[in-house]
Amino acid sequence: MGSILGKNSPLTWVVHISVLLLVILWTIPTVGLLVSSIRDKDQLVATGWWTSFSTVERNLIKRSAPASEQLKEAGNYVLKGNVFADQSGIVTAFGWRSQQPAAFIPGKTVQMRKGKTLTIEVDGSYLLSSPTAFTSKRGARLFVTVLEAPIFTLDNYSEVLFAEGLGKSFLNTMTVTIPATVIPILIAAFAAYALAWMEFPGRAIFLAMVVGLLVVPLQMSLIPLLKLYTTIGIGKSYIGIWLAHTGFGLPLAIYLLRNYIAGLPREIIESARVDGANDFQIFVKIILPLSFPALASFAIFQFLWVWNDLLIATVFLGNNEEQLVMTGRLREMLGSRGGNWEILTASAFVSILVPLMVFFSLQKYLVRGLLSGSVKGG
Amino acid sequence: MANLKLTNASKVYGNVPVLTDINLEIEQGELIVFVGPSGCGKSTLLRMIAGLESISSGQLEIDGKLMNHVPPAKRGIAMVFQSYALYPHLTVRDNMSFALKIAKVPAAEITRIVEEAAKSLQLTDYLDRLPKALSGGQRQRVAIGRAIVRDPKIFLFDEPLSNLDAALRVATRIEIAQLKEKMPQSTMVYVTHDQVEAMTLATRIVVLNNRGIEQVGTPLELYQKPANTFVATFIGSPAMNLLPATVTESGTQTRVSLGQGATATVPIATTKGDQNLVFSLGARPEDMQITDTDDYIFQGKIKYIEALGEITLVYFENPHGTVPIIAKVPGIVDFVRGQLLKFSVAADKLQLFDQQGLSCKYRAG
Ligand SMILES: Nc1ncnc2c1ncn2[C@@H]1O[C@H](COP(=O)(O)OP(=O)(O)O)[C@@H](O)[C@H]1O
Ligand SMILES: [Mg+2]
Repeated sequence: MGSILGKNSPLTWVVHISVLLLVILWTIPTVGLLVSSIRDKDQLVATGWWTSFSTVERNLIKRSAPASEQLKEAGNYVLKGNVFADQSGIVTAFGWRSQQPAAFIPGKTVQMRKGKTLTIEVDGSYLLSSPTAFTSKRGARLFVTVLEAPIFTLDNYSEVLFAEGLGKSFLNTMTVTIPATVIPILIAAFAAYALAWMEFPGRAIFLAMVVGLLVVPLQMSLIPLLKLYTTIGIGKSYIGIWLAHTGFGLPLAIYLLRNYIAGLPREIIESARVDGANDFQIFVKIILPLSFPALASFAIFQFLWVWNDLLIATVFLGNNEEQLVMTGRLREMLGSRGGNWEILTASAFVSILVPLMVFFSLQKYLVRGLLSGSVKGG
Repeated sequence: MANLKLTNASKVYGNVPVLTDINLEIEQGELIVFVGPSGCGKSTLLRMIAGLESISSGQLEIDGKLMNHVPPAKRGIAMVFQSYALYPHLTVRDNMSFALKIAKVPAAEITRIVEEAAKSLQLTDYLDRLPKALSGGQRQRVAIGRAIVRDPKIFLFDEPLSNLDAALRVATRIEIAQLKEKMPQSTMVYVTHDQVEAMTLATRIVVLNNRGIEQVGTPLELYQKPANTFVATFIGSPAMNLLPATVTESGTQTRVSLGQGATATVPIATTKGDQNLVFSLGARPEDMQITDTDDYIFQGKIKYIEALGEITLVYFENPHGTVPIIAKVPGIVDFVRGQLLKFSVAADKLQLFDQQGLSCKYRAG
């Protein structure tokens, strides 16, 4: 590109800025998801993820110690304690009525009903005193506005993976995805080589059929296929879904790989033929290594598609613990745990983690030109 | 170590004939060069010999055995492709071992053969590199090495130098000539469109044009006795000048009139029937001598001068056609544009071609 546009041409800058914008646009939601998923669930509900690294101001309703813990001091009954039970924080305001939860500044002693007084210090310690004995078993309500340090935790993950059953679904999805990616690639690579380089009658028609199949909507074949599976006894099983994904993925795989393999320099293949290699040896020793970029890019497509698929999994797999895939599990959680953002964000991140890893580990094959050095100018 | 025979070999793509009735015999140890303009079917003919292209009709024999349907690997040939066609994902060593591994040669033997070939091609230091880390000349040598290790009966080269720059091309040309000298028993077929390569390398040249063979002969035969105007103008640089010549006297010698009062007597026999026909008189630019006398064959005003130092090319308007008449004059000269010059050519250097463009020398013989 540099050679066409020149190093500092304005177009290069436009390209760079557009790329940067795209990267930012794509990254922000992902980062948001990640950050949200490791936040404390109470903080997550209170503020957006972008504020998560600074201290948060929150209005909390706490309760004082119950009446059973009251002491008698200088003729008054007192209840003492700290509104921060487990961690430290800073109180910026407090109140004793829900209408005015932040009416007073910390350190002030406030008159309540029936001669009771309340003091809450900046560090959260409170002092309730009353001329008569406290009776409430649950303690008095204390309204405090506090500054809380950000809390990050992996609890959300352990919860979704173990308690919510996402871990099992993760394994189920893996069980579906890996064979459903590998099988079509293997078949398609053979077919693509034959369609590109082997002479046989009907080759053009066969290729046209494959291209034709690209436009057939897969929804059309769901019911007949499921009926067929039931008839021949495959039923709802992993074999069935592997074959289904293989079938649905093959036309595109063959088409993409054939185009790539047909574009390999003819002379390399002829050279191998003169060197005595048969078609299978040419395929294994020459075509496969040289087609790695195409195989990798198709693998990414197929993997992502199978990983994110819900429709085919719903049709061809059962809804039980052994067969429920991650997309299915997420959908169920959306229904049952729709308000629990910490669950949903952690689950969502688990579900995009593997696709991200697959993409980053294979992406170098997408950009590297494996052919350089073989033929002239390379 | 073999001879090769093509009998009425033809190639048709769909219904487009590309080569028709090729008859050619190549003896063991020859270096045969196919030359011809681009698209005349040189590569096709070579690929038919290699087995990469089917033979539509006719026969190909190697060592007396019919080869029409024998797969490439079993023909005892090795081919060096125009684009080198190295396996890009394999090191130089693996590139050169590829065929041997497929043939299940023992590993120790492979190492020995490959290292020997690498040594003779000065590739020893590069054995573990990938092709992309090599220069053009080195890639070319790897391609040749890949052919050598198979110890083929016949080497086939398809324009092996056309991707190299000019200096490297000369050096590699000499290397190929030396390679041939080291392996005097091996037969080589070499395709090029560069006549200098053809002239310097070939034991015999096959000139291809227009679906067929125009002439087969040693380089000097083609230069001195071209069979027709195509070969005459294709071999030699600049091309031979062709002047329309009306036959005025036939016999063992022929007298022709060249217009503008110029005449010439050529020691080539013609018959009575040729009288008054317009033939072509061929004169090579390097044979054109400046003259003051009246036995000139051409006179004209200088249109353009190219001074190359050792020689000077002088261009003249061709009164009979579009191709300029060219004279090659030794050394540096002080002609000016528009100057009138007359040229003569020694009679035994002249060529005479009939109306079909065929050489009268051959016709008479
Ligand atoms: N596969 C093909 N199908 C149809 N025509 C072809 C094919 N290959 C070569 N030709 C034609 O055959 C002629 C000879 O080609 P080629 O042998 O490559 O010429 P060259 O002498 O330049 O090597 C050309 O006119 C070319 O267009
Ligand atoms: Mg060619």
